[in-house]
Amino acid sequence: MNTMNPTVTSETGAGVVEDKVAPVKEERPAEAELEEGVTVGTPYSDDPKFKLRNVEVFYGESRAIKNISLDIARNEVIAFIGPSGCGKSTFLRCLNRMNDSIDICKVKGSLQLDDNDIYDPSRDVVELRARVGMVFQKPNPFPKSIYDNVAYGPRIHGLANRKSDLDDIVENSLRKAGLWNEVKDRLDATATGMSGGQQQRLCIARTIAVSPEVVLMDEPCSALDPIATAKVEELIAELSESYTIVIVTHSMQQAARVSHRTAYFHLGHLVEVNETNKVFTSPEHNMTESYITGRFG
Amino acid sequence: MPHTKDETYGDHTSHAFNDELMELKAQFLKMGGLVEQQVENAVQALMDSDGHLADETRTRDREVDQMEMDLDEVATLIIARRQPTARDLRLVVSVIKMVADLERVGDEAKKIAKLALQLSEEGQAPRGYIEVRHISNHVLGMLHEALDSFARLDASQALRVKKEDKNVDAEYQAAARTLLTFMMEDTRNISRCMSLMWVLRALERVGDHACNIAENVIFMVEGEDVRHTSLEDMEKLVTQDNS
Repeated sequence: MNTMNPTVTSETGAGVVEDKVAPVKEERPAEAELEEGVTVGTPYSDDPKFKLRNVEVFYGESRAIKNISLDIARNEVIAFIGPSGCGKSTFLRCLNRMNDSIDICKVKGSLQLDDNDIYDPSRDVVELRARVGMVFQKPNPFPKSIYDNVAYGPRIHGLANRKSDLDDIVENSLRKAGLWNEVKDRLDATATGMSGGQQQRLCIARTIAVSPEVVLMDEPCSALDPIATAKVEELIAELSESYTIVIVTHSMQQAARVSHRTAYFHLGHLVEVNETNKVFTSPEHNMTESYITGRFG
Repeated sequence: MPHTKDETYGDHTSHAFNDELMELKAQFLKMGGLVEQQVENAVQALMDSDGHLADETRTRDREVDQMEMDLDEVATLIIARRQPTARDLRLVVSVIKMVADLERVGDEAKKIAKLALQLSEEGQAPRGYIEVRHISNHVLGMLHEALDSFARLDASQALRVKKEDKNVDAEYQAAARTLLTFMMEDTRNISRCMSLMWVLRALERVGDHACNIAENVIFMVEGEDVRHTSLEDMEKLVTQDNS
């Protein structure tokens, strides 16, 4: 199954201490229990930033995403959760066409950002990705100075004409990412010398430097310690005031803490979307319940 | 601890988590059993004017208190270690609340035992014992049903407990009126009749705690908070789920 999704990562669980781990269970609930294209809960919104309908993603012959329809509301934080290989990262990567770089990957269905087709062949992908930024699992700063990392995007997009404008953008972005005070005296230092948590916040600063409308986060905290994680989560809460944020996470507690709505994926289906508070206290679908309570997956 | 299998709370990937939830459930039911016994003994001591049994019942309340603290600790550790969600979370949260109810029932038993001791020394009240026996049977039945509905996770059974409360209230009112009549007939009865009145009051409270437990069971099963909800709405919720 894992061949379906090239972005599969090892599963770390939800901060759960496993004293005695049972042998890996192969019997996940059968797909037969799921009806294609049926999502329980509240997948739609009155004010959608993304309007996604009947989305299917193929890797060659295999179908990784099976007829998913979902709205992502403006300025909401939505968390995608589900077992490894369930398609949540694949689905996330459709939102700014990151899957384009995979030859055998084909996306079908209607995907709209502010009522414009994301997959319109005439669309400028670079412009799209400036509007829909992405933060990855592992911090991936450029091997350049801290300043240049943040200034890179604004430079290539021509967002600043003067050095002072660029300085402002860099400072603002670093402030928003909660990093300014830690790095203001060493902006010329190389970014790769920073701690993991700082690097990840630098990547977030780099993402927001080009003033995106949406930030996609693919397990942004899985390589970070709890304090760095808390800082990133704090940042997500602040950013949600001005951005739409989609976060894929393996930490269910994280989803519970940071998101407004939670979407549960399973075997390429979107099983349930509901208010996060509801999902973690009384989910509607049995599979969601089994997954979040640690019964399979 | 052996790995026990439970349809609702078993089957976690982590066996230790299963065991902890099982332990929580088992300890709660054990505490419930002890509390039931306490109420029964207190009432029996009253009926038989058995000062010895009354004394023993008062002393055993310490066991109830200890169990309350033990259960709270188990529940707290589960939250700290496992960050339970959904039905597991509802179980843990409900147990924490229901434990408080059980402890209060224990206190009511202690109160009854104290009054029983008093009456065994002062001499029995002239009447009112039939009423006490009647209401105690009634509320003990409710308590038992509430604990049973917890063990089986049976929301319909819990709902039946809720419905019984009205009847207990009516019985309490009627019994209080009867006792009042005795007091008016002969003022020498007042002190002893008042003691029985307090017993009735304590028993009525036991019924209320049984109802609180039942509400928590409905919350555990249905995922909806039914406190301060009308019986009709509760019934709708429970039956719609069963159909």
